Amino acid sequence: MERTISFTLNGKPASVKVDDERMLLWVLRSDLGLTGTKFGCGEALCGACTVIVDKQAVRSCSTPVKDVAGKQIVTIEGLGRNGLHALQQAFAAHHAFQCGYCTPGMILTAYALLLKTPQPTHEEIIRHMDDNLCRCGAHVRIVDAIQDAAGLAKGGAL
Amino acid sequence: MTHSELNPTRRGFLGAAGSGLFVFFGVNRVDAYQEPARLPQRVNMPSDLNAYLRIGADGRVTCFSGKVELGQGPTTALAQLLAEELDVEYQSVDVVLGDTDLCPYDMGTFGSMCMPMFGPALRAAAAEARAVLLEMAAEQLHAPVERLKVKAGVITDPSAPGKPITYAQLVEGKRIERHLANVPLKAVANFTVAAHPAARKDALDKVTGKGKYAADYTVPGLLHGRIVRPPAHGAKLLSADTSAAEKFGARVVRDGDLLAVLHERPDLADRALGLVKAQFEPPPPSVDDKTIFDHLLKTAPPFRPAGGAGDIAAGEKASAAIVEATYLNSYVAHAPMETHSATANIENGKATVWASTQSPFSVRSQVAQALGLAQQNVRIVAPYVGGGFGGKSGGQQAVEAARLAKATGKPVQVVWNRAEEFFHDTFRPAAVVKIRAGLTSEGKIALWDLSVVGAGEREANPFYDIPNKRALSAGGWQGGNPPGMHPFGVGAWRAPSVNTNSFARESHMDMLAAKAGVDPLEFRLNHLSDPRLRRVLEAAAKQFGWQPAKGPSGRGVGIACGIYSNARTATVAEVSVNRSTGHVQVKRLVSALDVGWAVNPDGMRQQMEGCLTMGLGYTLSEEVHFKDGEVLDRNFGSYELPRFSWLPKIETILIDNPGTAPLGGGEPPIITVGAVVANAIYDAVGARVLQLPMTPERIVAAIGKKG
Repeated sequence: MERTISFTLNGKPASVKVDDERMLLWVLRSDLGLTGTKFGCGEALCGACTVIVDKQAVRSCSTPVKDVAGKQIVTIEGLGRNGLHALQQAFAAHHAFQCGYCTPGMILTAYALLLKTPQPTHEEIIRHMDDNLCRCGAHVRIVDAIQDAAGLAKGGAL
Repeated sequence: MTHSELNPTRRGFLGAAGSGLFVFFGVNRVDAYQEPARLPQRVNMPSDLNAYLRIGADGRVTCFSGKVELGQGPTTALAQLLAEELDVEYQSVDVVLGDTDLCPYDMGTFGSMCMPMFGPALRAAAAEARAVLLEMAAEQLHAPVERLKVKAGVITDPSAPGKPITYAQLVEGKRIERHLANVPLKAVANFTVAAHPAARKDALDKVTGKGKYAADYTVPGLLHGRIVRPPAHGAKLLSADTSAAEKFGARVVRDGDLLAVLHERPDLADRALGLVKAQFEPPPPSVDDKTIFDHLLKTAPPFRPAGGAGDIAAGEKASAAIVEATYLNSYVAHAPMETHSATANIENGKATVWASTQSPFSVRSQVAQALGLAQQNVRIVAPYVGGGFGGKSGGQQAVEAARLAKATGKPVQVVWNRAEEFFHDTFRPAAVVKIRAGLTSEGKIALWDLSVVGAGEREANPFYDIPNKRALSAGGWQGGNPPGMHPFGVGAWRAPSVNTNSFARESHMDMLAAKAGVDPLEFRLNHLSDPRLRRVLEAAAKQFGWQPAKGPSGRGVGIACGIYSNARTATVAEVSVNRSTGHVQVKRLVSALDVGWAVNPDGMRQQMEGCLTMGLGYTLSEEVHFKDGEVLDRNFGSYELPRFSWLPKIETILIDNPGTAPLGGGEPPIITVGAVVANAIYDAVGARVLQLPMTPERIVAAIGKKG
């Protein structure tokens, strides 16, 4: 059904008049021009399209836009609007990426973890990140970066 | 070499270079730096240094290369080389890659050739530019060149320190037709930027989501094209009813073999595609992923020699014990996280296509041909590419987008979905490797008789000291296979043919070591005179804390080594195996790599970690399932990539080897993974798994067979 859906996007009010069954990924990328959120598999199997909806990591390729009405959405473009977020700093410093295509989804998935568990153990990071795929094999550095960012956050940077 | 032969894109380059530095000369100096032995043909690189670099009026320096940033780090490493030889700040270098209008011709980003092939040409251009600038400064400062000093793009005369002159001041607004031949390169020992770790140039773009990939480009009026695909390779389209898609609001294009629907929203184009009622005639029954190995043996072309020494009959005679085995590996997908994508725009008779490709110049030819345009009217831009691994060497999606743009008169984007990515992939070929080897009564290898079918001949001939050896190869990843041998496209997959041949060779070495009752490391060293290979083996073993024992020792440790494109690598693994489920956890990987001196040592470590992690996939889980031309794997549910929970502790050792020119490192470390894990599994449970991937079922079966 075509209707106007309103939500908060990266801290600012936003609304789109769309078929409300459409998936959030395409509304973000095509209607709203936020291309930092990536298409990888279309079936919530890889995590490249992860965004934050009300503090939870959500697979935008499989989330109808009607489900986010009235909610707070954060995409990679909205993270660290006042300079780089601790996770972004740590991913950059550790070179926790290669091709970079999975990186926005990795960072936002880790962001949801740190919101819930500010000081995760190594095992908690592995478990939380396990459904995010990286083909280049940047995994070891991603884990290091998340641990490092948690440390930065402890110092009040998050 | 004359100017007209230099560079097919020079026209475009000159247009873009603005007020930069121009030096023309006629010396083909690049040949001396090329390593053409492995190339199908020698491709000249431009001798004009302006093809490689530009010094802007603001002092920033731009590096141009036809290479592509797939994640392997050329943006960073090439900037390091340029900054080093030109004597400018690394931070002042910008890098433009993969743009056919701006960059010098390049064959493609594959084969670990960026550093060994392009690197020397870039260094020479930068060194020459520095020398020319010094000459110019000497004239302006009335000082001998020898007296001048350069730092961060500023030239000073220590005798007159108040009058510095910058590169930007020298170059601005001037056209300099001057060249210097045979300018010496800096000694590696004096490097301060290259051969040191550097911050990746693409980091900020990639952690902020600002970095653009082919599907992130948009043009006003953009339509998203979705193409009607056959359900199986070889299926023929009988009829298609597109009325429902049209009613939905999609445009439909039929252009020869291309049937597509287009919509201004990508997901609504998907929906429209779902409304097309297409009928296909299925192909006749053929092979599947179980019968493929017999099929390969039956359909292979005649064997061709792939190296050897001595006499096989003499080897048989000298052997007191024979060990024979047949090694199999399945088709493996590239599965980059970014599917093939392209955005095409045709304006005023000129086509621009942003495409995820490893080969922009080859894609330019394909698009030009498909559109009936001259090459100079086609511009291909390979922006950030979301992984390639050999799978983005073609340009099918770029041609599709361009044809649809021509047919509709609108800009068109084509992004393959995951099922299309699996269906159209050029897989790493399935292969059969047979080895018959013999040991003397003293435990020396007297015979090695190998045949490989399907994978290709690279590294089929063992580098071990074996008096009588022979390698034969039939068919491979490079094409030229008889029709139907491989039931779909095959191609280069990170370290093509060498993963297969290394798995077989290093597994077999382990079996021979066990037969001889000798520690697997010692057994290898007993047959190895290559000093660089010995060094990586010893380095990896030392770091691991290798304790000699004959296998199987029950500890679950294994070792393997190999050569790829003149790089040397060795890995030690520790695994645990659940005997009842067959589940393997790789606990630790220690890998040593000798790539000469590494341009970016941290970048090289990233490649090593990436190779070792990605390698776990072809080793333990990755296998394309198919039947009668249908690719049954359509997404990551059935085709399983390595995950965080698979992660071993990874330790990387870079061998300090300043005497060898830099070699590419994006591929070598992956070649040992299959065998090192197979050898560690054998060491753990005493069962030899001869087929990749070593799935839990195959491991349980191997344990059962052992009894």
